[in-house]
Amino acid sequence: MLVEFIRNEVERVGFSNVVLGLSGGIDSAVSAFLAAEALSQEHVWAILMPYKSSSPQSIADAKEVVEATGIHSTLIEITPMIDAYFKRYPDASRLRMGNKMARERMTILYDHSSLYHALVLGTSNKTELLLGYGTIFGDMASSINPIGDLYKTQIWQLAEALGVPKHIIMKKPSADLWTGQTDEDELGFTYEDVDTLLYYMVDRRYSRQELIELGFKNTFVDRIHGMLVSSQYKRRLPVIAKVSYRTIDRDFRYARDWET
Amino acid sequence: MKFSVALAQISPVLGNLEKNLEKCERIIEQSIRDRIDLLIFPELTLTGYFIKDIVASVAITRESPILKKLLEYSNRISIVIGAVEETPDFKFHNAAFYLEGGEIVHTHWKVYLPTYGLFDEHRYIAPGNKIRAFDTKFGRMAILICEDLWHPTAVAIAALDRIHYLIGISCSPGRGIDTSDRLGSSITWERLNRTYAQIYSIYVLYCNRTGFEDGINFWGGSEIISPSGEQVIKAMYIQEDFIHTTLSDRAIRRERITTPLIRDEQLHLTIQELERIYRERFED
Repeated sequence: MLVEFIRNEVERVGFSNVVLGLSGGIDSAVSAFLAAEALSQEHVWAILMPYKSSSPQSIADAKEVVEATGIHSTLIEITPMIDAYFKRYPDASRLRMGNKMARERMTILYDHSSLYHALVLGTSNKTELLLGYGTIFGDMASSINPIGDLYKTQIWQLAEALGVPKHIIMKKPSADLWTGQTDEDELGFTYEDVDTLLYYMVDRRYSRQELIELGFKNTFVDRIHGMLVSSQYKRRLPVIAKVSYRTIDRDFRYARDWET
Repeated sequence: MKFSVALAQISPVLGNLEKNLEKCERIIEQSIRDRIDLLIFPELTLTGYFIKDIVASVAITRESPILKKLLEYSNRISIVIGAVEETPDFKFHNAAFYLEGGEIVHTHWKVYLPTYGLFDEHRYIAPGNKIRAFDTKFGRMAILICEDLWHPTAVAIAALDRIHYLIGISCSPGRGIDTSDRLGSSITWERLNRTYAQIYSIYVLYCNRTGFEDGINFWGGSEIISPSGEQVIKAMYIQEDFIHTTLSDRAIRRERITTPLIRDEQLHLTIQELERIYRERFED
């Protein structure tokens, strides 16, 4: 289904290529494997965009995915752009640095979208999209996303099935924005736990009371509910002030696949 | 009978029962101090309008402590308030309660659920199946919710059911800009309120909300229209507001002596012709 999705979405708008950022992590690896299968390797362009603090292992893992799939790849260091900007703000927080890097990578991907006549392939999973654990207009930006309805734990299973190299599946998920960063440390819970909770909360529509009766701690339930609510804006178009009878996305409604 | 009535033109918080109840309680307590007899809140007072997938989590049942609390207040002031009501068979209605003397005197479930343009109501809400007038301390009334009032048949039923006062509550989105000094949506509403009041010799008590949800404004402009079609009081556009006045059935009586339209309604003829139309349209 996901392979067919990529093929359909790319071809219906008159494209035949995709471009994606390849980090060395499991999400972009899975997206790359899916794209290679959907469009064949010569139509997939992977861009590796490390910053100076990115782990060398990440770049090695990304290169291994390129090898395994046979897709094109380009390495573009983002260190000069990022450092040039933050000369103005030497005390910038890690959060600002991380967001800026994510958006720098987005601009590079969209530039290559034009260069290769390729759609930008998204690599955000359902867990991080629901929690808002990503940068709006950064890594959350894409044209099509084959894995956005799969929880992280499902990505692990899919990666096995696709033949993603074992150590990429086994390593601890990390945004790799600074040395030693891991998702689960930063979030304060494991993907196993949060995916189970999100499954009951979102997919099965269990109420707060029902979730607590299942054995989830009320503090955990409330925290995740809070993250869902406070990140809703990241999953929507910017809000438009309605004045006319036909406002984009309100009463001007067409499928994205309008006339394609 | 003379009584004082207030329209609380508020902006609820989307999907936050506690905050909205708190706000209502503050207004109710102030209204009790101000000797208001009947206090009217807008449609979906307790939940906000674009509730979508929030519906089930903000719905209240007849046994809800929120309703119990409001019923306690209703011993001191009559209240019209909007909420989502969950039925024992797990249907969700856009409901308006008339609370008085510690009892739910009447519940109206919105009949006409717009599902066109910017509206998606029927996707989330079950339609009501009744339009009924009811007696209160102050006279006979009916409640209709927003889109219900855009169906003159709904208003006709209420009028023929011998009401003195028509309570209309809404979450009307402001839209339609042209060369007029008012929004297209408010022009239509104001025209309807005046027309219904005049042709049925009733007071129309119209309470709309304000505020924004996802870029859509609710235009306020709540008003009371007299049985002769004149504006009695008018709330601000766009801003939250609280307006009140004193009403009695005297003007209704005068109007019905001068222009006894509602007396001359031929209910039997109407039913006869509606039945014929129904037979012709829906039976072979």
